[in-house]
Amino acid sequence: MTAAPDLLARRLLVVTGKGGVGKSTVTAGLALLAADLGKRVLIVEVDGKGDICTKFEHPPVGFDPVEVHPNISVLAMDTEASLREYLRLNLKVPVLGRLGPVARVFDFVATAAPGVKEVLTIGKVAWEVRESIEGRAPWDLVLVDAAATGHVVAQMGAPDAIRDLVSVGPIRSQTEWMIEILSDPAITALNVVTTPEEMPVSETIDLVTRARTELDVPLGAVIVNRVLPELFARAEEAAFGALDTDAARAALGAHLGDDAGLDAVLSGARLAVALRRTRAVHLANLRAAVDLPMLYLPYLFTRTHGMRETRVVADSLGAEFGL
Amino acid sequence: MSGERASLGGLVAAKEIIVLCGSGGVGKTSIAAATALGAASRTGGKVLVLTIDPAKRLASALGLAEIGNVETRVPDSAFTEVGLTPRGELWAAMLDTKQSWDALVMRHAPDEATARRIIDNALYDNITGRFVQSHDYIAMERLFEVHASGAYDLIVIDTPPTRNALDFLEAPHRMAEFFGGRLLRWLTAPYRFGGGRGARLVNLASRPFYQVADRILGSQFLQDIAEFFLNFQSMYDGFVARARAVERLLHDKRTTFVVVTTLEASPLHEARVFCEELVTRDFPFGAIVLNKTLPASFTSAEGARAATVLTDDAEELAAGLAATGEPALGDAGLDARMLRTIAGSYRNFAVVASREAELRTELGRAPDVVVDVPNLDVDVHDLAGLARIAEALFGDGA
Ligand SMILES: Nc1ncnc2c1ncn2[C@@H]1O[C@H](COP(=O)(O)OP(=O)(O)OP(=O)(O)O)[C@@H](O)[C@H]1O
Ligand SMILES: [Mg+2]
Repeated sequence: MTAAPDLLARRLLVVTGKGGVGKSTVTAGLALLAADLGKRVLIVEVDGKGDICTKFEHPPVGFDPVEVHPNISVLAMDTEASLREYLRLNLKVPVLGRLGPVARVFDFVATAAPGVKEVLTIGKVAWEVRESIEGRAPWDLVLVDAAATGHVVAQMGAPDAIRDLVSVGPIRSQTEWMIEILSDPAITALNVVTTPEEMPVSETIDLVTRARTELDVPLGAVIVNRVLPELFARAEEAAFGALDTDAARAALGAHLGDDAGLDAVLSGARLAVALRRTRAVHLANLRAAVDLPMLYLPYLFTRTHGMRETRVVADSLGAEFGL
Repeated sequence: MSGERASLGGLVAAKEIIVLCGSGGVGKTSIAAATALGAASRTGGKVLVLTIDPAKRLASALGLAEIGNVETRVPDSAFTEVGLTPRGELWAAMLDTKQSWDALVMRHAPDEATARRIIDNALYDNITGRFVQSHDYIAMERLFEVHASGAYDLIVIDTPPTRNALDFLEAPHRMAEFFGGRLLRWLTAPYRFGGGRGARLVNLASRPFYQVADRILGSQFLQDIAEFFLNFQSMYDGFVARARAVERLLHDKRTTFVVVTTLEASPLHEARVFCEELVTRDFPFGAIVLNKTLPASFTSAEGARAATVLTDDAEELAAGLAATGEPALGDAGLDARMLRTIAGSYRNFAVVASREAELRTELGRAPDVVVDVPNLDVDVHDLAGLARIAEALFGDGA
């Protein structure tokens, strides 16, 4: 399987994955990589926790795009603002002053009716992509830090759901062009971030299956995040094993002068080896079950997560893309 | 590993319900199962673990492969196979949201025809799947039902992976509020009198909501939604009474909340907010479980020193190792590289461990019981693995 360098040639990359696996980290890294390549990038943060901005060490942003780093802008999704914009642009409904209570009721209906909230989200994304393709928005690439695996199918499938549910009305006709953008493999790719752990891998496998059966959205790559380093080659591993013998311990202990320190380091290495090994099993399962290009990102042993780490992620991704 | 003495043992003995909460991915489900297993193998009595979406191998270890909502007993043989002696009984059930909702509608609807109309409505799945933290509500509802049955001495309940751990505390209240809410009445008003399907949006054209909604969604769609809610409202009294009872149970002294988190910034932040809310809202708050922590040896001064020496004196140490005559040792270059590698790995993990140590101090308002469960070197997918977690939880090394 190729490393999918063509992914970066698309206009819309959606990034999903189980909660906490590193969606925002990967999205930020992809954005920085694309900006390195001279692209103008818009990141749409869907869950609105402000994590993306943190990765660029920038204060939180709102619904209007803000440049958080040269060539990288971020907007935080807000379905009410999206509705407002939609009404203004499409229906010419003069609701600006009155939307408060209307929005509350609308929110209520939108929560109940499948796809309405989602379509406001994905509709805004598709809108930015269309505007950029037609030269009215500056983006070369729109990146979406999307909903977690559990919800993303509903989100990406919203235009279809609306089309099936609403037989007439303006919103129905709006879904046509959205579907066109979302289903075009030259434009769009849905990407899944995972870690080599049991639950994230099993959610990834489920999601890929569901996406193939329930969605008309092209899949891109699986990004495996937090991959622990392989400490040893085989011969080194044998040597490491031999450190447990009395003779070897005595030899090291004599030089180090205390056992506690040696024990700490040795048990630490044993844990690292064991963790890597259990994860290898999950990785193998993932590879066996999913035939998408895989990109691997190393576990980052860092204290915080700011611009420096985003840089490392971007460079690692670049290497994985073969750039 | 923080040297805390208190353990979960006391709580387990004193309470009837243990609610585990925390943000997604911190290991709630494993901790719930381990708590129940620990209780069943340490004290007598019947213990039930009510889990939500367990990993496949964990589910099958609990005998839950296809059983879903039905409570099943984990056979004693499963204990003895891994060298445990069960003193009580361990039972397990998985929460099936859809099944539970159907049962709830059947119970509260005025008659079967209405129940069917609700369940068969195209909007039903979507609404029960998403509205007012439906999963949270149903988890609490199921807990209430099982507790009321009196069949168990201890119930350990896992909570759904919500965006916000607070959601499920509010679920019963919100459910009641939702059914009595003005919004719902307003939405259904035009359809409530005179004519069901034939009802039209007369006199409402002037209201901005209908104007906007009609133009976006079309009036037919709006009417479908309203009709669904009209049927749903027939269950109002039953729902509200039940929601109140569930809320009382959560506040009861027989219940305790255990917050699970890892020592990572964002789960910990959520856990802190949650702990504060529990106290503010007067819920019984029993313990914090810090899951998957790195051992304290990663932050020890001796370890750091040893790592430095292993790196700096690698060649000299390798010569010493060669002198042992161990067959796997003796390639000086390789041995030195290996020593530097393990020292480097130690320093890597030490960075993470020191971040954990820093975050630990931010815990703030902690209850009496704060338990560490170390990052195990294997995945937990069998009773043996759960038993290891239980040892850490109960602080007794069984
Ligand atoms: N490769 C990595 N190595 C080490 N830590 C990482 C790595 N990737 C992400 N993290 C850390 O894991 C945590 C979660 O990452 P991130 O916020 O990107 O996840 P997410 O999937 O966006 O989470 P959520 O579902 O909450 O939005 C962060 O603290 C981040 O710094
Ligand atoms: Mg995120």
